[in-house]
Order: sequence, then C-alpha cells, then structure tokens
Amino acid sequence: MKMRDFGLFALVALLIIGTGFLQSWNSALLILNMGLISAIMALGVNIQWGYAGLFNVGVMGFVALGGLAAVLISMPATENAWASGGIQVVLGLVLGAATVVAAVLAYGRMAPGRARGAVMLAILVIGFFVFRLIFDAGVDGVEAINPAASGYLGGLNLPILVSWPVGGLLAAGAAWVIGKTALGLRSDYLAIATLGIAEIIIAVMKNEDWLSRGVKNVVGLPRPLVVPYEVDLQNTPGFVEAAQGWGMNATMASTLYVKGIYALLFTVVLLILLWLAQTAWNSPWGRMLRAIRDNEVAAEAMGKDVTSRHLQVFILGSAVCGMAGAMMTTLDSQLTPSSYQPLRYTFLIWVMVIVGGSGNNFGAVLGGFLIWFLWVQVEPMGLALMNLITAGMADGSALKEHLLDSAAHMRLLTMGLVLLLVLRFSPKGLIPER
Amino acid sequence: MDFLNAIVALANFVLVPGIAYGAQLALGALGVTLIYGILRFSNFAHGDTMAFGTMFVILITWGFQSVGISAGPLPTALLALPFGIALTGLVLLGTDRIVYRFYRRTRVKPVVFVMVSLGVMFIMNGLTRFIIGPGDQRFADGERFLISARDFKEMTGLKEGLAIKTTQGITVITAVVVVALLFWFLNRTRTGKSMRAFSDNEDLALLSGINPERVVMYTWLIVAALATIAGTLYGLDKSFKPFTYFQLLLPIFAAAIVGGLGSPLGAIAGGFLIAFAEVTVTYAWKKVANYVLPEALAPDGLAQLLSTDYKFAVSFSILIIVLLFKPTGLFKGQSV
Repeated sequence: MKMRDFGLFALVALLIIGTGFLQSWNSALLILNMGLISAIMALGVNIQWGYAGLFNVGVMGFVALGGLAAVLISMPATENAWASGGIQVVLGLVLGAATVVAAVLAYGRMAPGRARGAVMLAILVIGFFVFRLIFDAGVDGVEAINPAASGYLGGLNLPILVSWPVGGLLAAGAAWVIGKTALGLRSDYLAIATLGIAEIIIAVMKNEDWLSRGVKNVVGLPRPLVVPYEVDLQNTPGFVEAAQGWGMNATMASTLYVKGIYALLFTVVLLILLWLAQTAWNSPWGRMLRAIRDNEVAAEAMGKDVTSRHLQVFILGSAVCGMAGAMMTTLDSQLTPSSYQPLRYTFLIWVMVIVGGSGNNFGAVLGGFLIWFLWVQVEPMGLALMNLITAGMADGSALKEHLLDSAAHMRLLTMGLVLLLVLRFSPKGLIPER
Repeated sequence: MDFLNAIVALANFVLVPGIAYGAQLALGALGVTLIYGILRFSNFAHGDTMAFGTMFVILITWGFQSVGISAGPLPTALLALPFGIALTGLVLLGTDRIVYRFYRRTRVKPVVFVMVSLGVMFIMNGLTRFIIGPGDQRFADGERFLISARDFKEMTGLKEGLAIKTTQGITVITAVVVVALLFWFLNRTRTGKSMRAFSDNEDLALLSGINPERVVMYTWLIVAALATIAGTLYGLDKSFKPFTYFQLLLPIFAAAIVGGLGSPLGAIAGGFLIAFAEVTVTYAWKKVANYVLPEALAPDGLAQLLSTDYKFAVSFSILIIVLLFKPTGLFKGQSV
C-alpha cells in the first residue's frame, strides 16, 4: 500500500465518523457493519474478476445461500417435523440426486445412439415422478405443523458462527455445479448462467416453505455467543454504571455496544480473508492466474490447465460471498428471501469492485466501504436535491409530488452513472492493480 | 367429444398463450442476437431497453387517450408504437455515441462491453422507475377478446371454451410482419447485406469498404424497433412492470443461446422452444388428463410438473442442457 491508499482509507473512515457526529453513532455503526460485510463480498468478487477475469453476475444467489446456511445451522429443529415428513423430504431429495447421477452415468457408460437417449430419458422421467411422489408427501407433512409459527424443518441448533464457514461451503457447492457447466465456454456464458442460478436460488427460497418458511421469513435467529442481548445489558448494573460514565443512557449504550461487538467480529473475519487473499495473490498460484487472465492461449501453451484453475478460483470467490451472506443474515438475525434484489446484491457489489480497483484486494475492500456509504447516503441526498428543485413549485402540483416520490429511485441512477464514469475515465479504479 | 374438449382445453391454456409468449420472446431474442452478431457482446441492458421503449409507448398512449384518439377495437398503443420506436431509437443512438463508441474504438475485451451494458442497464432501469414508477401499469384498451370463452362454447356446443385475447392475435400478426420485414431487410437490401457481411467477418467487411459506424447505427435502430415492439406486446398481453422486464432477460438470453447466438432464425426457434417449455411444464394438466384418460387413471392432484414460480428454472435448465451438449446452439451460431 502506498501513502495515497492510506489517505483513501482515512477518507472513508472520516466519512463514517462524520456520520457519527452529524447524524448519529447508531447509523455510523450500521454503515460500518454493512460496509464490512460488503467489503467481504467485494473481496469475493475481486477474487473471481480481478484474479482470473471471471464475470459472475450471480453474487445474490451465493449470498442468499449463505443466509440459508445461517437458518439451517442455528435455528432449533421444529418438533415432530422430522418424524412427520422430514425424513421423506430428505429421501425424496436423495432420490432426485440419484436420478440425475444415474442419468449422467448412463450417458457416460453407454455407447452413443438412440438407445442411450431413450434410457436417459426413461431414467429422468421415472425418477422425476418417483421423486415428486415421495417428496410432495413429505413436504405436506412438514408444512402442516403449526404453519403460522414454524411449518418448516428448522435447523441443527448449533452456534450461528458455525454457519459462516458452512455458508461458504454451500455457495462453493453451487459454484462447482455452475462452473462445471459454464466455464471453458465463452466468457459471456458464465455471466448468463450465474444470472440464472441466482434467480433460481431465490425462487427456491421463496417457495420451498419446508426449507426456510419461504416468504413467511425466518425471524429471531440466535446471536453468536459473544454478542449479548440489549435487554440483558440494560439489566446488568455494571454496564449501566459504565454507560453513565461514558455520558450515555443505558438503552443507547447497549445498542452501540452490541453493534460494536459485531463490528469487531466482522473485522476479524475481513482481516483473515484479506490476509489469505493477499498471500494467494503473491504466491506462484496467483501469478499463474494472472498469466491466464492476461493471455489464456499463452498460458495454455505453457501447460497450465486453464479450465480447472478457473473452476478453482470461481469456487473460492463464491465461497467468500456465501460466507458474507451468512454473516449478513446473522447481523439481521432474520432471513427474508423477498429482500434479495439483484440490483442490491449483485450489481452493487460489482460497482464496489470496479470503483475500488479490480485486481487489488485493498481496492475492493475500499470500494466496499465507500460505495456502501454512498448507497446509504444517496437517498437522503436525493431527497434533499428534489426538495431544492421542487422548492419553487406550487404545493400539491402533480409534478412536484411525482418528483418527490421518485427520489427513492435516485440510487439506481447514481450507481449506474458511477459505474460508467469509472469504467470510462478510470478503469483501474481508486487503488489500481500493482 | 371428450377428446375434442381436451384439445380445446389444451389450445386455450397451452397453445394460444405459448404462441403469444413465444412470439414476444422471439422478438426480444432477435434484438439480443443482432447486437451479439454485429457489436459482439451480450447486451444485459436489453430487458431494460424493452421497458424503456414500452414506457415511451405507454406515455404516448396516455396522451392519445386524453385527447380522444383511439384505434377503435384495437389498442391505442399500436398508434403510439411508431413514436415510441423513434424515441427509443434516439435514446439507443445517444447511448452508443456517449458510451459504447469509445470502447469500440479502443477495442476492449467483450466482457468489458458486458460490464458497460450493466451500467447502461442500471441507468435505464433507474430512469424508467423515475419517470413511470416501479408499479404495475395497464394500458391496454379496445376490444378485449377476439373470441371469448363463452362465445366459443355457444358456437361449438363443447364444454370447454377457447378464448383468444385481442392482444394475443395482435402479438402473432405483428411478430410475423416484423420478422418478415427483418429478413427482407437483412437478405435483400444493401444495408442488410453489409450488416450480415460485418457480422460474418469484420475485417473482410472493412476491407470491402463497409462503413462500420453506419452498420452499427442501423443495428441500434433495428434493435430499438424490436425491443419496443416486443416490450409493448408483452405489456399489452400481461402488464407493464419494470422489474418483470429485467427478469425477462433470462428467458430471452436462453432463447438466443438455444437458437445459436448471432443467428436470427435460431432466435425465433429458441423463443418458441423456451416459451412452450415454460408453459407446458408449469401448466396444471389435470383438466386435459381428465378428458383423455379413463376415470380410473385420472390424476388426484393438479398434475403440474413444476409450480409457476419456477418458470425461470425451466429456461435455465434448457440453457444448461444446450450449453453442455451443443454450445453453438441449434442453428450453429457463433462461439468464440
């Protein structure tokens, strides 16, 4: 890092601290926490794009899988759910997977021709109906249990911190499937395939109530053991005294304290990941990836296995995004599948990487903080601007109302403009690759 | 009789909607495939271009409706369509001038183009929401049905009705006219031929004196027309909502790739393939099955293969299968 880079980080720190002084420390910590998570997501995308030039537009899907992991790991199992259909659901899924495997095996083992096609088709069709028969009965059983409050399988009741690496693993699994099919073809195909899988993951999470309660949301996820609850803090005499010592009332102090602990946890994860990413970047493996990125043909001629390196790096980057997704769901302590929007969880992350500097991990992290700050602050700024523009108009005029209502959509516009301007005039980003 | 009823039910719920949806997808995929062939990148802004063009048409339609211009039994939007196309054309030419031309001259990698188109998508999406709002807009007027289910039942005495919406009829007729015009243009006119030459081999085309900027300009204009028409037809048939148009991107891309990127004929075939796959897989077959099968075999449930929410999964699965087994698509498109 050069002096200028430190300056840029200091500037972002100043922006967040400024928010603390001008608005409130609560919103400053909110921005910091989501900024940390965004930085990790940006790091994941940078591993794919900056290291290897892979264009992943399905970040949202991997983030959502991380969120799902948080639910599956931390929530208590629903009573009787496993007995009244859970086992059937799992059996159905296993059968479904077995069908696909059998079809793939048939494809690999049999000689090409009509017979192979017919056998594959038969396996798939019969497998599908058997799968639906068993699976649907199980689903009905699970979803019938107290639908208003649970109606899903629940989780493993493990500490939620476990879900962070597990979220990474889930995302890595999905990435393996996508990478196996779309890598090695032309570059746009990966983009389209990831765009599709992200939409499908969200569709599954919205509709499979037995898994994550669908649009009914899972709320009240347990916190990590190290993070206390505000109510408990307020009932601790020692904490209340300390809060008075800082010149704050206990309610205020407890919310800030909790957010502060989260910030510490996230910082630790970010630092570890950043260290790993930097080590990989400077290793022979990192150099090989850059060689592949800059000239695939030459690297292949030198005997490098381009497709499997791409697969490797695609899985790693997606795993980082999945981990960030689990962390985000932990922070929100709820999973709301309908809140996953591609503009927010895929393209915003891309803006972070491009603006921060693709091919530079510190750049991606900086971009994560800076763009998240702008994302939060552009809306009030847009509203202020609209108030200024419409100040001269008569109250109640249709145009004025329309302009004020539309201020919320300023974000998309601003992000698009920022992306285009940076791509055009400073394609290397704020902290360029070195 | 039962057999006839089954056929009518099938036509009503699968064939007619499938054909209309397929025509809309085909028009969208044609736009994607043209940009891919001439400008050589996957245009992620295409869904939002459709939304943008449709927005113009809706605004002009509202203007016409407020001064009392109407097309009688046809939707007023058809009168507004040419103006919408012209405005969208201007917008796309402006975007090309301000955004894309720079990258064309510096000859960046295709993936950078894709990224730039993402930025354009953001801005178009933002502008659409800014101007017309993120909500649902209905702008269809005129006669609702060519044949309503009730008329059909009275006419034929069958138990099942066949309803054909005016918008579905218009969709098919417009699509046929547009595609015929497009193929005539590409195969018979000088400009069309130069576009195909440019798509086949850029260097040779340049050597033989074809002006690339002119080719690019015509491409954008045609794409504007295709996107606006596709968007308006979809909006008339269902309803206009900016986010739905963004989501259309996936089936449209799937259609273009299944047919073979860069191949106009493939785009049309792909559009219908994707549309019919989506409709048949998400259709509840109970009704048809009840007519055809003997009572003992009639299904208990809805006999629906997948719930409608998974229609994207259908286009995605087809896309994956094609990528795995035939990456150049059914009609031998380009693959770099």
